[in-house]
Amino acid sequence: MFYMPSIAVQTTPDAAMVEQAARTVVTRHPPGSVPLTELMGAWYDAGLTWVHFPQGLGGMEAPRQLQPLANRIMREAGGPEPRTVNTIGYGIVAGTIRRYASPEFAAQLLRPLATGEEKWCQLFSEPGAGSDLAGLATRAVREGDGWRVNGQKVWNSLAHISRWAVLLARTDPDVPKHKGLTYFILDMHSPGVDVRPLRQLTGRAQFNEVFLDDVLIPDTQRLGDVGSGWFVANSTLADERTSLGERVVARGSGAIGDAVQLWVDHPANQSPALRERLARLWVRSEAHRLTIERARIAATTGTVGPESAITKLAGSELTQAVYEFCIEFLAAQGALMDTYAPDAVDDESGPNGIQRRYLRSRATTLEGGTSEIMRNVIGERVLKLPQELRNDKTVPWRDVPR
Amino acid sequence: MTQEFEFGEEIVALRAMVREFCAEQAPESTVRTAMESELGHDPALWRRFGSELGVFGLAVPESDGGDGAGLVPHAVVVEEFGAALVCGPTLGALCLALPALIALPDAQARQDYLPGLIAGELIATLAAPTVHGVFDPEAATVSATTGPGGWTLSGGLAHVPDGASADILLVPARTQEGLALFAVERGAAGLAHTDLFTMDRTRRQATFELADTPARLVADEVAAPAVCARAVRVATALLAVSQVGGAQRMLDVTVQHVRTRIQFGQAVGAFQAVKHRCANMLMEVEQARSAAYHAVWALDSDSEIDDPDLAVALAKAVASDAFTSITRAAIQLHGGIGFTWEGSPQLYFKRATADLVTLGTGTEQVENVARLVLDRRVAAANVPEPTLT
Repeated sequence: MFYMPSIAVQTTPDAAMVEQAARTVVTRHPPGSVPLTELMGAWYDAGLTWVHFPQGLGGMEAPRQLQPLANRIMREAGGPEPRTVNTIGYGIVAGTIRRYASPEFAAQLLRPLATGEEKWCQLFSEPGAGSDLAGLATRAVREGDGWRVNGQKVWNSLAHISRWAVLLARTDPDVPKHKGLTYFILDMHSPGVDVRPLRQLTGRAQFNEVFLDDVLIPDTQRLGDVGSGWFVANSTLADERTSLGERVVARGSGAIGDAVQLWVDHPANQSPALRERLARLWVRSEAHRLTIERARIAATTGTVGPESAITKLAGSELTQAVYEFCIEFLAAQGALMDTYAPDAVDDESGPNGIQRRYLRSRATTLEGGTSEIMRNVIGERVLKLPQELRNDKTVPWRDVPR
Repeated sequence: MTQEFEFGEEIVALRAMVREFCAEQAPESTVRTAMESELGHDPALWRRFGSELGVFGLAVPESDGGDGAGLVPHAVVVEEFGAALVCGPTLGALCLALPALIALPDAQARQDYLPGLIAGELIATLAAPTVHGVFDPEAATVSATTGPGGWTLSGGLAHVPDGASADILLVPARTQEGLALFAVERGAAGLAHTDLFTMDRTRRQATFELADTPARLVADEVAAPAVCARAVRVATALLAVSQVGGAQRMLDVTVQHVRTRIQFGQAVGAFQAVKHRCANMLMEVEQARSAAYHAVWALDSDSEIDDPDLAVALAKAVASDAFTSITRAAIQLHGGIGFTWEGSPQLYFKRATADLVTLGTGTEQVENVARLVLDRRVAAANVPEPTLT
């Protein structure tokens, strides 16, 4: 007769359990030989998609730090880095759904999100609300059991292939701007949703504009309280920042790797002045990489410092500087481009991949918080400097100049 | 040994202890008194750091009378000294001589010098010949001859850190066989020194002339090059860490100033022109900290996380840029106060300038990186692929 203490059932899954579960999935559903949706579905059912989530919602209530272990096993078995299956879904949506959606609704949404069958996009920014996101103007007006939504969103990547969107809309224009927003889930197949490609300076249409014309959203698809949209949105931004800490970069990879390879491949273009410039960029890149590494260690040892706040700012400006070097190093060749076709595969590959990356790099200091906003954030939240005097925080949104 | 970048509780406690001791025993008023004195520091205070605080032996193995705690805690001490601008032979004794003495194969020599250095009783420095911040035996300017009375040295030494206060001068010198390392005592026959008037009065230098000066052989031609190379690497990494300490202190002081300085009806730190420069300063000091401590970990015993030469060059290049840039910004953001003699920024600006050009200038270290990374990659690409037969 075995004595089985009841505590064994309640034990928090540890690394060994996560590892075993992950190996079982990739053994039974070999990546590459089974369809991606089957693999990711099994991954979800085994609780490996977000190990810290509850059972039945793609998790096993394990410590979050064990996620990279599971992901590594997936990659080593030839599977994808899981988040790439549904970038926005994994990055910001899943955590919000878990926190704010009813368990039934969450169960309905999360599995197809995890498998990539239903893609997700984010409808936050607007033509009139970029850095000042809380000033957005898309209106949601209560109507029966739901909401009637009108407005225009912009910079929506994946919107053209998404089944679902997370949406921030103004439900009360008569209170200060941060207090009148509500967070919704929008079915992108709803009548009145019009997605149009937005062509960027690289020629591609990686993003979209989304027009919302009398779109109806049931109240059951509201996440969080009416008026708490800003808070809900920020809680997911925190998720996104935490997940950034899971990335590890190797020395000499990324932009600086491109530049050094270019240097090696074109001896005739080399000069002492360019050599010094490249060496200085290598030095900056390596100091930046080590800072990411230090932030990662700090996060796992529990003392989060200012490192993570500065890596986005430093990294984006560095990427630009490196590709600026590349173009000048290529000299006359740097002024050539293969195509500006909107349906080019991506902003990286092709015979003029370096030129593409150079053009794309202009977005890095804009997307995810402009460098100016990042410097404000660092100045105010990390260095505790006072905010500039503002005239938009206490008056009703309706009265703020626009 | 801890994982790279893992600053455990002991390190945190050590840092707090050193910082508190510096704040109480070596505040800026003490720094100013010491820097205007002839010697440039207070030997009694230095002894208290060694004996009372007891932080000079952290990197020294227990078998040689130290704590055997490794290079990381030692670096934390040097960082805090840099933050407080502690006047004393930090560079000569703690950064250069200490790692050289630890690396000596001659146990008797280690025993003769290390305990005194740990106690703060004995001050030693190393006059290592370097080119672009890298130890180079070819650059040695002293020659050694042996006779019935033992070894004697002749030649000249320029820019010896803390030379005037050193009881023991460690001198690499040419022999018939190569380069050996010698110890010369203060006051030895034929030894003459000239104190240099340094821009940074908290960091002293001297030149030496040696004429048939009696010396003790502490590392022979086989051991000396490795000892010197190791000492220069460690000293350069520690100097980078010290730059980080000074840079962080200047950022803190500047942020405090712009938080409280009111103009146009509000704290000037609220203005984005000021705030954004502060954000840049933070970015620079954090990157310098990463690079500097990476070098320390890379040099710690048994560690093989990186090519030590590359890690050191990277550290010194990044920290030199950060410290000079942050002290320039500190002067600017303090406004007129930043240009006064009484203001703190001038002291750190001069220290940053001295550090910039010590043990390889920032640009020389960038050159070292170019050599170690770019030239190597090009050379590797030019090696023909081995052909299969």
